[in-house]
Amino acid sequence: MAVLNNGSAPASVEEAVPAATISNAYKNWYRFSRNPTAVIGAVIVLIVISCALFAPWIAPYPEQVDNFVDFRARHLPPSWEHWFGTDNVGRDVLTRVIYGYRISLLLVVVVLGLSIPFGVMLGLMAGYFGGWVEIVIMRLTDIALAIPPLVMALAITAVLSPNLMNAMIAISVLWWTWHTRLIYSITRTLKTQEFVEAAEILGASKFHILFRELLPNCVSAISVKATLDAGFVILIGASLSFLGLGVQPPTPDLGTMVATGADYLPDRWWQSVMPGMAILVAILGFNLLGDGLRDMFDVEDVR
Amino acid sequence: MNAPLLDVAGLSVDFATYGRQARVLDGVSLQVRAGQHAALVGETGCGKSVTLRAIMGILKSPPASIAAGSIGFDGADLLTMPARQRDALKGTAMSMVFQDPMTALNPVFTIGDQLATIIKYADRRMGVRRDKQGRKQRVIEVLDQVRMPDPERIFGAYPIMLSGGMRQRVLIAMALLNEPRLLIADEPGTALDVTTQAEILALLNDLVAARSLALLMITHNLGVVREMADYVYVMYAGTIVEHGPTEALFERPSHPYTQALIECVPKLSGTSTFKGIDGTIPDYVDPPVGCRFRPRCPHRHDACFERPPNVTVGANHVAACWLRQPAEEVA
Amino acid sequence: MEFLYFLARRLLWSILVLVGLSIIIFTIARVVPGDPARIALGPLATQEQVAALQAEMGLDQPIHSQYLGYVGGLLQGDLGQSLLTQRSVNEDIGDTFAATFELVVATVIVSMIIGVPAGVMAARNKDGWLDNSSRFIALLGVVTPAFFLAILLQILAGYVLQILPVTNRMPAGIDFQANITGLMVIDTMLHGRFDLTVEALRHLLLPTIALSAATIGQIMRITRSSMIDVSRQDYIEASRAFGIPARIRTFKYMLRPSFVPPLTILGLEFASLIGNAFVVEMVFGWPGMASYGVRTILQKDLNAVMGVVMVSGLFFVFVNLLIDVLVGYVDPRVRIRGTR
Repeated sequence: MAVLNNGSAPASVEEAVPAATISNAYKNWYRFSRNPTAVIGAVIVLIVISCALFAPWIAPYPEQVDNFVDFRARHLPPSWEHWFGTDNVGRDVLTRVIYGYRISLLLVVVVLGLSIPFGVMLGLMAGYFGGWVEIVIMRLTDIALAIPPLVMALAITAVLSPNLMNAMIAISVLWWTWHTRLIYSITRTLKTQEFVEAAEILGASKFHILFRELLPNCVSAISVKATLDAGFVILIGASLSFLGLGVQPPTPDLGTMVATGADYLPDRWWQSVMPGMAILVAILGFNLLGDGLRDMFDVEDVR
Repeated sequence: MNAPLLDVAGLSVDFATYGRQARVLDGVSLQVRAGQHAALVGETGCGKSVTLRAIMGILKSPPASIAAGSIGFDGADLLTMPARQRDALKGTAMSMVFQDPMTALNPVFTIGDQLATIIKYADRRMGVRRDKQGRKQRVIEVLDQVRMPDPERIFGAYPIMLSGGMRQRVLIAMALLNEPRLLIADEPGTALDVTTQAEILALLNDLVAARSLALLMITHNLGVVREMADYVYVMYAGTIVEHGPTEALFERPSHPYTQALIECVPKLSGTSTFKGIDGTIPDYVDPPVGCRFRPRCPHRHDACFERPPNVTVGANHVAACWLRQPAEEVA
Repeated sequence: MEFLYFLARRLLWSILVLVGLSIIIFTIARVVPGDPARIALGPLATQEQVAALQAEMGLDQPIHSQYLGYVGGLLQGDLGQSLLTQRSVNEDIGDTFAATFELVVATVIVSMIIGVPAGVMAARNKDGWLDNSSRFIALLGVVTPAFFLAILLQILAGYVLQILPVTNRMPAGIDFQANITGLMVIDTMLHGRFDLTVEALRHLLLPTIALSAATIGQIMRITRSSMIDVSRQDYIEASRAFGIPARIRTFKYMLRPSFVPPLTILGLEFASLIGNAFVVEMVFGWPGMASYGVRTILQKDLNAVMGVVMVSGLFFVFVNLLIDVLVGYVDPRVRIRGTR
C-alpha cells in the first residue's frame, strides 16, 4: 500500500503529461529538494555516524567515558564546561552520549548485517520459487511476526545473561522477518515481469535469476528499509538496556544512562533527559532520511 | 439549426509538473447539439480525458488549472458561474459514463447504495422530495433500462459480485439516473472484451437515441466512431486538428494526422499493410512551435513554424493545417 | 460462506502461530541455557539440590517428552510454578493480566480515536500546514522511545505541573479490588464508586499516552496515505462527477475503503505495543503482567517467563482474529471472496 508520498507526480490524470524531456535525475533532484526533512535527516545521520567514528576526538572529556569517578563534580547541571551536565559519579554526560552512539551504531551494524542477508535470501526464495518453499518460509515469518520483538529479546537475554553481544543476537533473531516480507512481496510482482521470463527462456540458472535479475531490483527498497530499520534497532536496543537487560555499566550506553539517570528525577533531569534526547534525535534522523529516500526511489510500500 | 447545448471555446488547460507548467490543452473548441453524437478521437495522452474532465468540472486543481477559454452549457458559461450552480448540474443535466468498470465503482458499498446516494444528493440540489423507497424504485427502474437481469438482486450486490460487462451497465445506469441532457462517455467498454464492448456500445447507442441526448464520447477506436458518431473531432497533442461530419471526415481526411490515423486502421478487405505513425506524442512542457504535429508530419514545411489556420474544407468540415490554405493566401 | 472459510483459515493460522511460539520459547528457556535447575538455584546450590529440582521439573526426561509435558500443561491451562513467587504462574498472570489488559485496551481505543481522524484531516489538507505539522507530530510519536516518553510525561505532568499521579492504578491507601472485570475504570463504575472511576482514569492517562504515541503515529500515517491512495481512485472521481458532496465523499466513500490498512497495521503493531507495555509498566509502576514479566526475567524465573511470553502471544493472536472479523465487516471483498 502506498505510504507518505511527498513530491510525487500529479497523479490525477496520468495520461495528461508524458513529460519526455524531464529526466529521471531531474525528477529525483526535484523530489529531494522539495523535501527538506530528508536533508535534515541526512545531516543528523551524518552527525551521529561522525560521533560514533570520531568519538575520541570529538568528545570533550574522553577520559571520563567509563571507569571514572570525580565526586566533586557529581550532579553538575548543564553549563559551558559540561553542556549536558555531569552524572552521579561526576562524568561528563555529553562525552558519554557521544560514545553511546558508538554502541548504538555497533548494534545497528551487527543486527542489520546478520538479519538483512538472511531475511532477503528467504524473501527472494519464497517469492520466486513459490510452492512449499513459499509456504514454509512465509508461515515461519508469520509466526515470528506474532512474537513481540522486545519480549523475545528480553527472554533471550535473560536466559543468556545480559550483555551487548547477547542483545545483538536477541534482536537479530526476529529482525529478518520484516525483510523477508518486503522482499517476498516485491519478488512476487517482479517474477511475472518480462525480464525475468526472458531470462528463464534464455536458460539462466536459478542463482542468476535470484541474484542478478531479482536482487538488483530490490536494492532501493532494501536500502530504504535498512535506513528506517537503523532507527528502530537503536530504539529496541535502548529499551533493552533501559530494562537492565542490554549493555551493562560502566559501558556508556544511552538506554542504560536514561535508566540510571531516572533515579535522580526530576531535579537532576539532565542525566536521563539528555541521553534520551540523543536516542530520539538519532532515531528521528534515520527515519527522516529513510522517508526521503523512499520518496526519491519511489518505493512506496516500504515501511 | 438549434444552438449547441455544449459549447467549448478556446479552452486551454495547464498542468503543473515538477515545478513547470505544461499546456495540456491549447485552445480547444467543440460543440455538441441536442441529439447529436459527437466523438473526440486521438491517441492516448492527447488530452481527450482532460477535455472531458474539464467539462465535467472534475479536474484536480492543483496540478491542473484552466488558463483560457469558456465552456458554455445551455447558454451559460460553466467556468464563470457560481460553484453551487455548477455543482447542481453535475450528474443531473450533464452526466458521465466512466471508462473502467473495474475501478469506477466503490468496492465496499452495494450498487444500490451508490446509485441511490447519487439520486439523494441530486434531489437535494434540485429541491425534489423523494423518500428512500422512491429512490430505490428509480434505481431499479434504470437498472432495468440498461437491461440488467434481476435488478432487485443487483441493487443489494457488491461490485465484485458482478462481471465486467454488468458493472459497465451499472456505470451507464449511474449516468442516466437523473435524466441528463448531455452524456459524456469516456471510452466506454474499452476495458472489456470485444463482444461485450459491442453489446455495451449498442446499448448506449439505443439509450442515447431513445432520449435524443447530446452525446460526447471519447475513443481511440475509429471503428466505434464510424458506428456511433455523426460528428468527429480529431485531437492531437492538446489541439483540435480537424473536425467534420463523420462521413466527410472519413472520406476526405484533410489533416495529415487524420490521414495517418485512418491509414493505421487495418482493413479487412485487400492486402493493405498496417501502417503506424512515426515518432511519439510531443512533450507538453516544451511543445513544438507552430503546428504541434510538425515533427511527425510527412508534409512539414517552413510555414508550419507558425500556428496553422482553421481552414474550411467542406460543409462543417474544418482542418487546422497550412496545406489546406488556398494557394493565393500562402504567398 | 467464504468468510467463514477465511476465518477458519485464520484460526488455523493462529493455532499454528501458538504452536510455533511454544516451540521457540521452550527451546529458548529449556534447551539453550543448559540447566534451568542450576540457573534457578544459583551457583551456590549443591549438586543434590540441583538433581532434586531437575527431577521435580521433569528435566531428567528426554527433551521431546519434556516439550509434550509442557504443551499438555498449556492445553490444560497450566503454566507451571513460578520460582520467584512460589505460586503457580497461572495465578500470578491472572492477578496481573487485567491491569495490562486495561492499559492495552485504553491504548488501542485512544490510538484509533486519535489516529484515524488525524490521518483523515491530514489527507484532506495534503501538503498544507495542518498536514505537515500533524505528520511531524506523528513521526515524533513513532521515533520517541516509549520509556523516554514515559519519563518526560512523569517529569512534566507529575512533577512540574503536579496534576496527575505518576505511579500505580490507584492512590496509596485506597483499597479497592477490581474483582468483577478486573478493569479499574469499569469496576469502580459497577460498584457505583464514580469518585474512584475518576481516580482510575487519572492514573490510566499518562501510561496510556506513553504507550499509544507510537501506535497513534503509525495509524495516522497509514490512514493518511490510504486516504490519499483512495482519493485517486476512479470511483472517487466518479463521485465528484456525480456531485456527491465533499463531506459524504470523504467520510463515506473514502473513509470506509481506507479503514482496512489502519486495522491491519494495528494488528501488526500490536506485537510491538505489547513489547512497549513492558517498559511503560516499569516506569509507571503499573502492576501488570509486563512488569511481572520483567521482574521474573531479571530473576531468571523461566517458567514465569515462558508463561508471560505465551500469554502475550495468545493475546496477539486473539486481537488479530478480532481484527480479521472487523476487516471482513468493513470490506465486503474479504467477506465474499475470503481473501484480502
